[in-house]
Amino acid sequence: MVGITRKLGRWGLDRLAYLGQLGELTQQIGVSMLRGRWRPRLLGEQLVATGFGSQLVVIVTGAFVGAVFGFQVYAKFKGYALESATGAMVSVAMCRELGPVVTALMVAGRVGSAMAAEIGTMKVTEQIDALRALGIHPVDYLVTPRLLAMMVSMPLLIAEAIAFGILLSYVVVVEGFGVPVAYYRNHTLASTNMEDVSIGMIKGFVFGILIVIISCHRGLHAENGAVGVGRSTTEAMVTSALWVLIVNFFLSLLLNLIFPYGSAA
Amino acid sequence: MAARPDPVREPEAPLPAPPRAFIEATGLVKRLGGHAVLDGASIRLLVGETLAILGRSGEGKSVLLKHLAGLMNPDSGSVRIDGEEIVGIDERRLGPVRRKFGLLFQNGALFDSFDVEENVAFPLVELGLRDPVVIRQRVLAALEAVGMAEHRHKMPVHLSGGQRKRVALARAIITQPRCLLYDEPTAGLDPIGTANIDRLIRGFQQRFQVTSLVITHDLKTVERIADRVAFLRAGRVHFLGTPAEFFTTGDPVLRQFLDGRPDEGETA
Repeated sequence: MVGITRKLGRWGLDRLAYLGQLGELTQQIGVSMLRGRWRPRLLGEQLVATGFGSQLVVIVTGAFVGAVFGFQVYAKFKGYALESATGAMVSVAMCRELGPVVTALMVAGRVGSAMAAEIGTMKVTEQIDALRALGIHPVDYLVTPRLLAMMVSMPLLIAEAIAFGILLSYVVVVEGFGVPVAYYRNHTLASTNMEDVSIGMIKGFVFGILIVIISCHRGLHAENGAVGVGRSTTEAMVTSALWVLIVNFFLSLLLNLIFPYGSAA
Repeated sequence: MAARPDPVREPEAPLPAPPRAFIEATGLVKRLGGHAVLDGASIRLLVGETLAILGRSGEGKSVLLKHLAGLMNPDSGSVRIDGEEIVGIDERRLGPVRRKFGLLFQNGALFDSFDVEENVAFPLVELGLRDPVVIRQRVLAALEAVGMAEHRHKMPVHLSGGQRKRVALARAIITQPRCLLYDEPTAGLDPIGTANIDRLIRGFQQRFQVTSLVITHDLKTVERIADRVAFLRAGRVHFLGTPAEFFTTGDPVLRQFLDGRPDEGETA
């Protein structure tokens, strides 16, 4: 019993320490944005790696999530003769939930893990110490450009995922199953408003920040050579994904208070 | 009335100024994994000298170097660089202090996403130098000084261990720092490669009066480059003296190290 209590206590303390480290890194990023040196070349490189490089995977994911969701909704709604409302359902779900979450999970896997691996490798090969020895703060050089690039890229990637999800759903339901295009389009446009889109963008912005902070933190704390870098990479991806899903729930509650359904109708 | 000389006090000749320390560490204690790697280590690196720090593996030489460079914080103790205390100060405020010295890491620590030329140019770019012609000239001069100019377009992964160290040395000297810290600069090199690196270190010291601290296991290197030798044992400086005193010491710990004798009780 004492052993279990001790283990639980240690686990709790470790989690608290972890949150403290994330808070410290966030504070360092804040200081870096206010006082650090501006490095446009690094920002450009990260925009290409994070935003431009993630487009294909995000578009394909968004498109097929929209398509399969459209098909399932159509199959269910058909029984109630509501198949023309499929577009409305797909559109709102893609904007508010599926687009941001699925995009964030894919970006966590593709970009977050790469950040942890790259920074972790630099850590275990003393390249970060070399930066520090040259008088360069690692957060200024490695984390801030990545965060800025992600803050710009994530909303745009989510917009792409949403657009292609709705588009492929349209192709499946209208072209594949013959739902009249006018009904489908009118229901979609009538049910989707700027508030739905705003929710997706805000979530994307928050998820992007979460992914960068968690992944860069894992990289900066990597140790024990190649094994440690591998572990950091896996943990960055898994932790980012879990945080995205948990934060998404609370963000949904909060944003639905700010932008309730039908508020702009 | 003429002033009479004081019968008690002789006319004073100016006392020689005490040698000024570029780096002064006092009472450094660092525990890692429950073990005191540094246990009260104190050392002074005097301006213009080359100090070699020796010790058995795992005695905390590299940890000491990282403390002197401000890359690690001690549990207790003090490190002053050029008169400025660096223990406990914010990482951002350390930047200007760190730019006073260059650091050569054991494995070079070259940035593997940059080629040789970009690696050596990096400190200049980060210092705000923008003219590509000036940067290129200085990079070529630094690479020529270490005999690596012809390899300037190679990536670090395509360099041998000795070549990496020479490129890292070029990166360390390109900003013409007042002090160079070397972490095992000749480890893993063949005798000729070791002699070449030793000659470079001595050359920098003589040409630019650079203050140097060299962590090494190599007794030949000590003979060639050191003005003073410190021997680290059990987290403290066990010996500090000239190379002549070091090589002729009767201290049993140092004699075992110098003679390369195995520990008593060690069997094959």
